[in-house]
Amino acid sequence: MSDTELKRTPLNDVHRSLGGKMVDFGGWDMPVQYKAGVIEEHLRCRTRVGLFDVSHMGEIWVKGPGAVGFVNRITTNDVTKLVDGQAHYSTLTNDKGGIVDDLLVYRFGEEKLLLVVNAGTTDKDFAWISSHHSDADNCSIENASARYCQIAIQGPDAVALLQKLTETDLNSISYYHFSEGKVDGVDAILSRTGYTGEDGYEVYADPKFAIQLWNKFLEVGRFGEDDGILPCGLAARNTLRLESAMSLYGHELGDDITPYEANLGWITKLAKGDFIGRQALAEQKEAGVTRKLAGFEMIEPGIARDGFDVYVNDEKCGVVTSGSPAPFLKKNIGLAFLPPAFTTAGQEIKIDIRGRKAAAVVVPTPFYKRQK
Amino acid sequence: MSNIPENLRYSKDHEWIAIDGDVATIGITDYAQHSLGDVVYVDLPRVGDKFDTHESFGSVESVKAVSEIFTPLGGEVTEVNDGLNDAPESVNGDPYTAGWMIKMKMANSGEADALLSAAEYEEYLKASE
Repeated sequence: MSDTELKRTPLNDVHRSLGGKMVDFGGWDMPVQYKAGVIEEHLRCRTRVGLFDVSHMGEIWVKGPGAVGFVNRITTNDVTKLVDGQAHYSTLTNDKGGIVDDLLVYRFGEEKLLLVVNAGTTDKDFAWISSHHSDADNCSIENASARYCQIAIQGPDAVALLQKLTETDLNSISYYHFSEGKVDGVDAILSRTGYTGEDGYEVYADPKFAIQLWNKFLEVGRFGEDDGILPCGLAARNTLRLESAMSLYGHELGDDITPYEANLGWITKLAKGDFIGRQALAEQKEAGVTRKLAGFEMIEPGIARDGFDVYVNDEKCGVVTSGSPAPFLKKNIGLAFLPPAFTTAGQEIKIDIRGRKAAAVVVPTPFYKRQK
Repeated sequence: MSNIPENLRYSKDHEWIAIDGDVATIGITDYAQHSLGDVVYVDLPRVGDKFDTHESFGSVESVKAVSEIFTPLGGEVTEVNDGLNDAPESVNGDPYTAGWMIKMKMANSGEADALLSAAEYEEYLKASE
C-alpha cells in the first residue's frame, strides 16, 4: 500500500514532530515507536504513565428500542447484564463460532449502545453487522468512527494525571465503567479501560480536539522529565498487551478461531439465548476443543516470533501466535495454540527458531499482573 | 546524522570492519542499530566456524524484528564477543567498540580492498535514503 493511501489519525503530524517512526498498521499510518524507543516507553507505562493515540479504533453506534436485543444476537457476551455506564469485553462470531472481531460494548442507556472495534477490521465489522441487521431489529446502526478520536492514558500515575483535567470523580468509576464528562473543557467519554494491564482511562472526543487533549496530557504529565509521561507507539502497545496476555486480532483471534480456543469462554454466554455461532460453540463446548491458547516463556536463549512452530517430543503440535521479549519481565515470552493436553503449566515445549529447536515452558497467564 | 568513523571499512549490509593484519573485527553500523531499534538479543557463531563471503553468520533481534547479519569477508571465526549475551544493548549504545560481534581470520586479505571507505559508505547511505 502506498503512503498516500494510508489513513491518518488527527494526531499524525504530532507523531511525526515527536520523532515517531511511522509504519503501515492495517491501512493506518501510525507510530511504531517514538524517540525514547519501545523499551523505555513500555517501562514508563508500567512504572509511571504512557500516552497512546488509539484514534484508529472503530466506533459503531446502535440506537433504538431493539439495541440490546440486536447486539445480544451478534455478540457472545450477555448484553442484558450491562447497566448504564458499564462496558464489557465481547466477541462478534460467525456461524461457525469463529471470531469476526473482539470488541467493547458500552451501555449508555437502554436504547443506546456503543461498539468499539479494531481499526483494521472496522469496515469488515460494519459490513458484517449490517448484513445481519434489518428493520425488524428495531434499532439503527451507524459507523461513527470518523467522529471520534481516542487517546489512552495508562499506568500507575494515569488516573491522578487525568483527574487534574476533569471535574468527573475518576476514582468513583470502576474498572470497565465509564462516564460522559469534560476533559480540559472538551466533551468526552471517560472509560476506565485499556490494553496495557495497567490502571488508566481511554478518552473519546471529537477529533478536532485531539491535538489539544494530547498536548495537554503531555504538559500536565511533565513530558521530557525523567519520571514524566511518555507517548508510546504500537510496539510498546503490543509488548504491554502481550505481558498481560491480552489477545490481538489477527494473532490470537481470527475468523477460524473460536472463543473457547482463545480462552474466552468467560465472555461466551450460551445460556443467554440464541446468537450467531451459538450452535457451533455449544457443540464445541460439548466435544471439547482440539487446540487452546497457552502462554510460554523461553528457557533457552532465543525469541519466539509469530508463526514459529511448536514441538513436543519432536512432533510439531502448534504454532506461536505472538512472541516477543517482555521488557518489564525481562524474559522472552509468547502465546501459542497447543493441544489442550500440553497447555498445563510446567509442560516443556520446543520452539523452532529458524531451524534451531529452543526449549520453552508453558506458564500461567497473564505473564504480568499489576499490584493493586 | 549517522556516526561513521573514518578509520573503519564498511559493507552495503551495514556492517563495519576493522582490519588488523589478516584479522577483521566485525560489527553493525550506527545506522543499522538505529534502524533496528532496541537490540535485545544477538545470536553469534562459535569460534572455529568458517564462512564464505556474504553468508549469514548470526542475527540481531530488536523487540520488533530479527535481522540477519552477513559476513563481509570469508574466513574463520577466531573470537566472539560474549559480552553481548549479557549486554546486547551495547550494540545500540556503543556499536563501534563494546558492540563488536566477531573477529575473523580472513581467508583472502585482498577481499578487504573491495569494502567501502567511510566516505563511500556515507554516499551509499545518502543514495539509499
